[in-house]
Amino acid sequence: MSPPTVADLRPDQSGTVARVGGERAFRRRLMELGLVPGTPVTLLKVAPLGDPLELEVRGGRISIRRRDAASVELEP
Amino acid sequence: MALPEVPRVVLVGNPNTGKTTLFNRLTGARGRVGNYPGITVERSVGRASLNATNAYAPAIVCDVEDVPGCYSLASRSAEEQIAIDALLGRHDSVRPDVAVVVVDATNLERNLYLTLQVLELGRPTLVALNQMDALRDAGVAVEAAALSACLGVPVVPISASRGEGLDALREAIAVQLASPTMPPDEGWRWAPSDALRADLDAVAAHLGDERPEGTSDSAARALALWALMSVDAEDELEDVPASLRLAVLDVQRAARAAGRDLDAEVIAARYAFIDAHAPSFVRRAAEVPKTWSRRVDAWLLHPVFGFLAFLAIMFTVFQALFAWSDPAVGLIEAAFAGLGGWARAQLPDGLWTDFVVDGLIGGVGSVLVFLPQIVLLFTFIGVLEDTGYMARAAFLMDRVMNKIGLHGRAFVPLLSGYACAVPAIMATRTMERRRDRYLTMMVVPLMTCSARLPVYTLIIGALFPVGAWLGLPTQGLLMLGMYLFGTLMALVAAAVLGRTVLKGPRVPLILELPPFRRPHLGSLARLVSSRARVFLSEAGTVILAGSVVLWAILTFPRGSEEVTALEATRPQVEASSEGEAQAEALAALDAEVAGARLRNSLGGRIGHAIEPLIEPLGFDWKIGVGLLGAFAAREVFVSTMGVVYGVGADVDEESATLRERMKAERRADGRPVYTPLTGLSLLFFFALACQCVSTLAAIKRETAGWRWPLFTLAYMTALAWAVSFVTWQVGTALGA
Repeated sequence: MSPPTVADLRPDQSGTVARVGGERAFRRRLMELGLVPGTPVTLLKVAPLGDPLELEVRGGRISIRRRDAASVELEP
Repeated sequence: MALPEVPRVVLVGNPNTGKTTLFNRLTGARGRVGNYPGITVERSVGRASLNATNAYAPAIVCDVEDVPGCYSLASRSAEEQIAIDALLGRHDSVRPDVAVVVVDATNLERNLYLTLQVLELGRPTLVALNQMDALRDAGVAVEAAALSACLGVPVVPISASRGEGLDALREAIAVQLASPTMPPDEGWRWAPSDALRADLDAVAAHLGDERPEGTSDSAARALALWALMSVDAEDELEDVPASLRLAVLDVQRAARAAGRDLDAEVIAARYAFIDAHAPSFVRRAAEVPKTWSRRVDAWLLHPVFGFLAFLAIMFTVFQALFAWSDPAVGLIEAAFAGLGGWARAQLPDGLWTDFVVDGLIGGVGSVLVFLPQIVLLFTFIGVLEDTGYMARAAFLMDRVMNKIGLHGRAFVPLLSGYACAVPAIMATRTMERRRDRYLTMMVVPLMTCSARLPVYTLIIGALFPVGAWLGLPTQGLLMLGMYLFGTLMALVAAAVLGRTVLKGPRVPLILELPPFRRPHLGSLARLVSSRARVFLSEAGTVILAGSVVLWAILTFPRGSEEVTALEATRPQVEASSEGEAQAEALAALDAEVAGARLRNSLGGRIGHAIEPLIEPLGFDWKIGVGLLGAFAAREVFVSTMGVVYGVGADVDEESATLRERMKAERRADGRPVYTPLTGLSLLFFFALACQCVSTLAAIKRETAGWRWPLFTLAYMTALAWAVSFVTWQVGTALGA
C-alpha cells in the first residue's frame, strides 16, 4: 500500500511530512514552502469544488492543488 | 533611464507581503514602470526621499526598485531569475546599495526562508517586518528585537497598508546607506556540512565572470549555492556560463551517486535554523481567534453562497464594462465626431482635411474610446486584489480553469473579453507566470466582444427571417448561439494551445488567502493611472498608426474612371431638380462617388486580390473590402459595407437601406450574394477571425514583440477560414 499523502488528509486533520516526491523544480518549490521532512502539516480547508487545498505549515497558510499535495508523503 | 547617480534600494519578499504597497508608500506617485530586459515582467523603480527635508539638511534620496515577489531565490526560468539578478546587480540590473526584505509577520517562518537566502549573499540588508497590524487577528506575537538578534540585521516593524513605522524604516535605510553594515558571518546563519562546503567550493571555482570583482569567498559560495539549487538539465535560465553549468551538473551527479539529496539537505538546513530559533521571536496563540475575516470566508468559500457571491461580483464587473462605460464611450465618440466636424468646417475641402479628420482625429478617437473600460476594469481588479477577494475567486474557480489548462485567475480577463479584448489582454497581468498570461491572451480575442454585436445584428437582421423556434425568436437564439460558440471556441483553443504551442513544465500552483483588507486608495489610483498611461503610450501609438494606415489603404488612389464618370453626371443632377429633391439627389451621388472611390482604392484592389481566397467561404470581393475595413474595429464592417454599396457611411446595423441593398446584391451568375448560408459563414468568420488592430496592439504591448500578436492573427484567421469554408462548402453541397 502506498504511504498516505497530504492529499489524503481530511479537514482539520494533521500529519508529519516524511518525504516529498516528484520532478525536481517542483519538489524543490514544495520543500521551500516549508514542506520538509519532519514538518507537521494540517489541512485547513478544501475548496468547494474539491481543489485546491489550504494547508497550515509552521503557522502560515498556503493553498496548493490536490495533485501537487499528493506528492507530499506523510509518516504513516 | 538616465538619472543622476543616487543610491539604490531593492525591495524583495514573498508574494502577498504588501511589498508593492510599501513601494508606493516610499515612492509616492513618482514610480516609473518599465520592463525587465527580454522578459515581459514589469519593473517598477521610483525615487524616495528618506528624511524630512529642511533648509539645513539636504534631502537624502534613493531609487527604490520593487522586485517581483518570490518564495525563493532558486530559479528555473529567466522570470524567477530577476530577484537574484536585482540583488546582485547582474545582467543589466543596477547593483543595489541596500536590500530590504519585506516579511509578512503573520507568515514569518516561510518568509524567513527567503530572508536567509538574501542574507547569505553578504550584502547590506535590513528586514521590514510588515503586517504588524494583522498580528493580533492572526493570534501571533512577534518580537522584532529578538528577530533582529537572531538574523544579525536591523528589523523594523511596519504596517505598509496603514502607513505605520515608515519613518523608522526610512531612517534605518538612510543609516545603512550612510554606513553600510554587513551581517555577521557574512550573512550565513547556518553552517553547510563539510561535504556541501566542498561542493560549493568546487562550483565557486567555475563562477568566472559571474563572480563580480571584490566578491568575498563567502559571497561566492552563496552564488555557487544558488547555481547548485537552480541549474539542471531542463532549466530555462539565461546567461549561465557553460563551464559553470558543467561544474554544477558534475557536483549534482556525484552527490546523487553518493546517495545524497542536495536540495533536501540545503532546504532542510535553512528550515532547521528557522525552527530552532523561532521560539525566541514568535509566539502563537493555541487557538486562532475567530476573526470577522474568517467568518466572511466561511460564506465566500461556501459551496453554494460562495458561487452565488462570485457570480454576483463577476456580473457587476461585466455590467460595468458593458453598460457603465457606455456614457463615457458615447461622450468620447461624440466629442471626436464634433471635433472632426469642426475641423472639417474650418479646413478647406480636400485630401489633407480628409486625412486630418478621418485619419488623425478618427484614429485618436479610436484609441481614447478604450479608456473608460480600461479604467473601470483596473479599478475593479485593484479592489478585488487589494481586498483579497481575487485570491478567493481563484481558490473557487481553479478546479474548473485548471481542467482547460488555464490559471484560476484567468476568469477575469476571459469575462472582460465579452466587453472588449483590449482591457482583457491588459488584465492578464494578474497572473505571475508567462505561460498562463500568454495562453489567456491568445484565447481572449475569441470571446464575443461588444464590437462584434453590430456586425451580428446586421447579418442576422438582414439575412435571417424573423420567426420562432419552439416559441423562441430565431434571431435572438442565433445571437445567443454566437455568444456560446465564441466562449466554447475560446475554451477549446485554450485546451489545444496549452497542450501544444504553450506547453510548459508543470509548476505547482501556490495560492494564499490573505486576510480581508480595505483597499488603499492611493495604490488603486496609481494602478489605474499607470495602466491607462501604458495603454496610451504603448498600445495607443500602434492603434493610431494602424488606423491611419487602414484609412490610407481605403482612400488611395483617389481617382479612377468610375469616379470621373460619376462626377461627370454632377451638373446634370444639379440641373434636373432643385430644393430638397436636389439635395437628396446630390447626397445619393456623393454616396455613389464614395463607393466608387473605395472600390477603386488600394483596399478595393486588395478585396479583388483576396477574392480567390474568400470565394470558397461564400464571400465576394466587396465583403473582402468590408473585412479589411473591419481591422480598424469590427463594427467598422457595417459602415464600410455602407460605403462599398454606395449607400453612405452613416448607416448603422439597423439600417433598412443597407439591408435592402445587401439582399439585392447579385453574383456574376445572378444568384444572390447574401443567403442565410453566406450569413452563417460570415458570422463564424467574425466570431473567430482576429479582425482587430487594437487587440493585436495590446498583445504586442503585453508580450513585448510581434511574435505573439502575429501568431494570434495567424491561428485565428486560419481557424476562421477553416470553419467558414466547411460551413459554406457543406451548406452548398446540401443545397442550402
